[in-house]
Amino acid sequence: MTPSSPRTAYLRGIRTALPFVIVVGPFGLLFGVVGTEAGLNIAQVMGFTVLVIAGASQFTALQLMADNAPTFIVVASALAVNLRMAMYSASLAPHLGAAPVWQRALIAYMNVDQTYALGHADYEANPRQSTAEKVAFFFGTSTPIIPVWIGATALGIVLGEAIPPALGLDFAVPITFIALIAPALRTIAHVAAALTSVVMAITLAFLPWNLWLLAAGLAAMMVGAEVERRMEARR
Amino acid sequence: MTYSVTDIWIIILALGAGTFLIRFSFLGILGDRQLPPWLLRHLRYTAVGILPAMVTPLILWPQATGGQLDPVRIIAATLALAMGLWTKNAIWAIVAGMATLWGLGFIVP
Repeated sequence: MTPSSPRTAYLRGIRTALPFVIVVGPFGLLFGVVGTEAGLNIAQVMGFTVLVIAGASQFTALQLMADNAPTFIVVASALAVNLRMAMYSASLAPHLGAAPVWQRALIAYMNVDQTYALGHADYEANPRQSTAEKVAFFFGTSTPIIPVWIGATALGIVLGEAIPPALGLDFAVPITFIALIAPALRTIAHVAAALTSVVMAITLAFLPWNLWLLAAGLAAMMVGAEVERRMEARR
Repeated sequence: MTYSVTDIWIIILALGAGTFLIRFSFLGILGDRQLPPWLLRHLRYTAVGILPAMVTPLILWPQATGGQLDPVRIIAATLALAMGLWTKNAIWAIVAGMATLWGLGFIVP
């Protein structure tokens, strides 16, 4: 890999990201279907998918909107789901901070779970790349992921208009959340956070305006962080 | 859903802008600086802290059954969780959950 260039880094990014299209596609599709079934029009579903590009928070917003939660609560809760991306942003900054601001803005816009994970892993594995190569690699990973996400949602809208509501698709949302949570339960701290979240959701269910969601999230984060701290202290 | 068209677009635009600002925070504004370890520790648990709270009422008292406990949904959710833990693959978890829901839905109408 000696005479490397942004061009080869870009192509390597595309190749690395291609398999993850299989993960991103179905989620985009599902958001199109469920958003349409929930009563959003085409422009609104596509607005979510193009402007937010964050499946879990989009489904969170959709679910709270189905409960007619106040606008502010919908936005705050869905944003809380995305807070982890501040961590992504911070961990990319040492690698990409020297790039022109328009490139960093574009990277921020496309900084989703998959592109972040692939980019970060590549920068850690090949730390001697130039900034231009690192930027090119990130754009490479985004090239299949982002259009597939958007295209799959559009396809989902078409399907959503054709699928009868009796198919139990309301349950696709909690199933999708479970599917996102289960593989993330890597450590005792993650499991403790998830269990706290469930218990708090049940005990705080009386709180108005879906506030139990933010309260449970906050408590779970604190439990997860504390368990992690204790596990590390024990080592 | 009883939102006005304006409300829906306010949600979409605010969520889009807010999400972008979160993603742009360190890359664009705060720059290359270390986050304090206690903050990193909390941020690691945002998704796994909020999503289970979101799911719990949807499984225990789903709107589709008028808020009644539904054994089919609980079994489907349990199998999705088991499949997700076992394969570490979100897609297989979804397939397991929805197949169970539809399969049992045919047997237990």
